[in-house]
Amino acid sequence: MIALDEDRIMLRDSAREFLTDKSPVSELRRLRDSKDKDGFSRDLWRGMKDLGWTGILVDEANGGSDFGHVGMALVCEEMGRTLAASPFLSTAVMAATALGRGGSEDQKKKWLPAISEARAIIALAVDEGRKHAPEKTALKAEMAGNAFKLSGEKSFVVDGHVADAIIVAARTEGEPGDKNGISLFLVDAKAPGVSIERVIGVDSRNNARIKFENVNAVDALGETGKGFGLLENALNAGRAGIAAEMLGVAGESFDRTVAYLKERKQFGKFIGEFQALQHRAAHIFGEIELLRSLVLAACVTLDKSPDAAGQAVSAAKYKACEVGKLAVSEAVQMFGGMGMTDEVDIGLFMKRARVTQEFLGDAYFHADRYALAQKF
Amino acid sequence: MSLDTFRQETREWLAKNCPPEMRKPSRGEPDICWGGRNWEFQSNDQKLWLERMASRGWTVPMWPKEYGGGGLSREEEKILREEMRAINARSPLESFGIWMLGPALLQFGSETQKKEYLPKIARGEIRWCQGYSEPGAGSDLASLQTKAEDKGDHFLVNGQKIWTSYADKADWIFCLVRTDPSAPKHKGISFVLFDMTTKGVTTKPILLISGKSPFCETFFDNVKVPKENLVGTLNDGWTIAKYLLTHERASIGSGLSLAGMRSLPAEAVKSFGRDASGRLDNPFVREEVIRAEIDGRALLATIERYKAEAKAGQGVGAKSAILKYAGTELNKRRYEAFMTIGGSDALEWESARSDEGTLAREWLRTKANSIEGGTSEIMLGIVAKRILNLPEA
Repeated sequence: MIALDEDRIMLRDSAREFLTDKSPVSELRRLRDSKDKDGFSRDLWRGMKDLGWTGILVDEANGGSDFGHVGMALVCEEMGRTLAASPFLSTAVMAATALGRGGSEDQKKKWLPAISEARAIIALAVDEGRKHAPEKTALKAEMAGNAFKLSGEKSFVVDGHVADAIIVAARTEGEPGDKNGISLFLVDAKAPGVSIERVIGVDSRNNARIKFENVNAVDALGETGKGFGLLENALNAGRAGIAAEMLGVAGESFDRTVAYLKERKQFGKFIGEFQALQHRAAHIFGEIELLRSLVLAACVTLDKSPDAAGQAVSAAKYKACEVGKLAVSEAVQMFGGMGMTDEVDIGLFMKRARVTQEFLGDAYFHADRYALAQKF
Repeated sequence: MSLDTFRQETREWLAKNCPPEMRKPSRGEPDICWGGRNWEFQSNDQKLWLERMASRGWTVPMWPKEYGGGGLSREEEKILREEMRAINARSPLESFGIWMLGPALLQFGSETQKKEYLPKIARGEIRWCQGYSEPGAGSDLASLQTKAEDKGDHFLVNGQKIWTSYADKADWIFCLVRTDPSAPKHKGISFVLFDMTTKGVTTKPILLISGKSPFCETFFDNVKVPKENLVGTLNDGWTIAKYLLTHERASIGSGLSLAGMRSLPAEAVKSFGRDASGRLDNPFVREEVIRAEIDGRALLATIERYKAEAKAGQGVGAKSAILKYAGTELNKRRYEAFMTIGGSDALEWESARSDEGTLAREWLRTKANSIEGGTSEIMLGIVAKRILNLPEA
């Protein structure tokens, strides 16, 4: 385990400064209320590029800043604090990982600098049903002539509506449920047969439902039929990133709640004087501390041995789901009626927490995966 | 010496010097070596092991060498622990002297006191107990009433302590006493040391729900304590008390998470078996167990993170209250799970196959975890006030 060193503390502080300035919660409201066509600000995305975040997991040879997963998590946490919308997780975390770990030299040269320079947005299309279950991938990739053709449907594809390219998990062999037989393909979002439906979520963020009808898939990422490991690499980086974002969501809604406990008066007292609320607040603080350690530990493991990080990542995402739910539910309760209003931001944190709980596996998914990792 | 060399030499030394009996899994309490003037070693190997480890200062690896410690760095100490774990070596010595008084003396003791007391703690020659709680001063510890009157060359101590762990077996006590009854309650307390064989000291064990008596009532009737046994400044004992409580809380939290623990998953598999996919054949119990496993991992990671942060000069302070709160609440949860997983076996109290109700007694013992050393409610209050700065009622 580590303590943050000076470079990382600087990264965190500059992320906080940049996001509070350029993407405060009011920015999410603006995107929502103006029905913005992208659902995020391209200016903000370019600003993230200038800070080196788009290439945070990309090696320097391909134009990245290569800050590693610990750095990535610090940025995600700050994004959670201001509910900043951007394609960071899909593109800079998951796609960059899939390409960096599994891409050919040509694929890397084509895409990694494009990611680092914020020229490309790449979405990862995995889920098909209501629940995250990568090994149940059913979308068919059938060989026709000398190319695979993709047929099927993907759901909950974050940033799918603005993607230039999509990394699609498809089944080239075997049955849904088999880890073998899964392949990853890079598909142009504008390719014939791809139809993308934007879905605006409860958190005012975006994902897409994507239909593939006989789509030409000539650009395999990694070895066909053996894509599950690579997919897990990308997903694990994403899961650690989303867990870090949830740490920020929980942390910020908690901080706002504690501030409210110190200003709201009832019965002639600050409500923060009541022990019933003090103890609950202290409990949440402790839970957030525990979550912080698991997120950091997962990222340290991802930096050191990414292929053996599954269990550490599941621990972090599991705890993030539990603590996220606790922090935002208690926040709304302690804000009382004001917590139910759209005017007060706290509800926005609850909405985001709900989506992040589901994304890339909920608490039950990760508890199960954690157990399986120790053969239980 | 490089860390690799240190590891190599440590491994070799342990291989040669750790007696076979001391590599058998510890049964917990009955196998602990507490030391002290009246200690009866359970075996010759236990005695040898203590002597050998003490000769290297490894009963207290990180204390300075001049006070009987090993003078190890944090990294070296970690290696020592790892190498001991690798051969299942038991801890050679446990004591309140090591956990509590030692660290307090290193911080607040005079040079004479350090030279006098620390080496005896390191060698397990003196067994200490802690005189803190009183019948009327539990959670509100600072309202303690045991008084120590200044009689020129000595203090005259009168009063009563309670929950004094192993007072009936201890040689000496470190004790909080009121030296200025007119001052505000935190300002009139002092920290003194005295021999439990001093005239006027009596102890009476308290029978607990576990059927055991690890705690005593301790009475002081005109006990004469020499003035030089005052640690730190007169009337400033609360500073030491707070330091020690912080230490105790951190160590209760970490101790619970690190102790040679029973394995919940293994016990669950014994009771329920596995389904065709290899999962425990009871999804409800499986989830309960995994929640506890992940929370255990979170606690360990937090202990490690706080250590790393403290070393990097990033203050941890009142956050140790979280370790105490989370660690003890988790331990209670774990034992509730052990009891339900163990089924009727877990309920046996007086039987050979349950080793005289070991599990049930441990389960009952855990209920004290969230009371001793500051209750969970006190811990939450500390977090609310000192970290969150919520207003006082």
